[in-house]
Amino acid sequence: MLWDLFLTFAKVGVMTFGGGYAMLPILQREVVEKKGWATEEELMDYFAIGQCTPGIIAVNTATFAGQKVKGFWGGLFATLGVVFPSLIIIMLLAGVIEAFSHIAWVQHAFGGIRICVCILILNAVTKLFKKAVIDKLTLAVFLVVALGSYFTPVSPVVFVLAAGILGVVVKNMGGKKA
Amino acid sequence: MIFLELFWAFFKTGLFAVGGGMATIPFLYDISTATGWFTHNELANMIAVGESTPGPIGVNMATYVGFVTGMDVSGLPTAILGSVTATLGLVTPSFIVIMIVCMILKAFRNNKYVNAAFYGLRPASTGLIAAAGLSVAVTNLLPGGLAALNAFNWKGLILAVVLWVLTNKVKKVKSLHPIVFILGSAVVGILFSM
Repeated sequence: MLWDLFLTFAKVGVMTFGGGYAMLPILQREVVEKKGWATEEELMDYFAIGQCTPGIIAVNTATFAGQKVKGFWGGLFATLGVVFPSLIIIMLLAGVIEAFSHIAWVQHAFGGIRICVCILILNAVTKLFKKAVIDKLTLAVFLVVALGSYFTPVSPVVFVLAAGILGVVVKNMGGKKA
Repeated sequence: MIFLELFWAFFKTGLFAVGGGMATIPFLYDISTATGWFTHNELANMIAVGESTPGPIGVNMATYVGFVTGMDVSGLPTAILGSVTATLGLVTPSFIVIMIVCMILKAFRNNKYVNAAFYGLRPASTGLIAAAGLSVAVTNLLPGGLAALNAFNWKGLILAVVLWVLTNKVKKVKSLHPIVFILGSAVVGILFSM
């Protein structure tokens, strides 16, 4: 059973191309339809929890689903399964890229790729911005954190902690403003 | 002991990065600045590789950072150890947090403090990613810093504008997987010596 969990989530890991959101249809097929380990509703719950706990959404969802199926060890094997393909693929690829990184055209290729990364990040920020910035205060938090993080060496940890505390304080003391 | 430091750096990333793989980027930036294990340019390459390979982006980037960091210690064996260390560091807090949440599931989902915290966490996480994106943009468009405006990367700016239009405004193209744009940019980079 544990081995089965490892293999199933390794499969989910290898097919999750991109972010955690890409894994949902694959989880539906593997965990709900093929294995019958969870219902559709339970899966949506796992995914919701995976999104609102710290860390990688795909890993959180896998840990949660594994835990539900077979307790602590189930969670552990599902977690190891979901990261296993990444480990193997990236190690192979990183080895190759490191070996060829001094070649001029490889450097030019990455020069182009890095520009593309800027746009991919910009697009991700635009998408997140629409969901996260819903009033004046959240806009202020966005601006303060973006500028503060860019212009000062303050660790992201500090901004995350401060923003979390601010959310709790505002929502629970200032009445129902937002 | 660099591997302990590596584990701890990624443990913090896994614990404080809220909202998926992209949210780890500002933490990786911070690790790069604080330790010098890898450069900002290398990090941008890793983001591209993480996006274009199977597996969750956050895990892919952690594995890659661990590999490069370990490689500098003494070659391939330590590179593999670095990959494993960074990845385990990243997922350990997830594992612990989820195990705790499983025990108190109902209380957690409907908890007003959890929801309230996310009200502040979401814009903060978005702001951090924006700052990291700005850093990537500035290092690539102005490689010599503000003092070297003549080194401005015009080719890069044109490519960026074209990519933005393609990924946001052109109907049939914008839903394509990012790997298409990454590979296309690699070709443009080679053709125009970027």
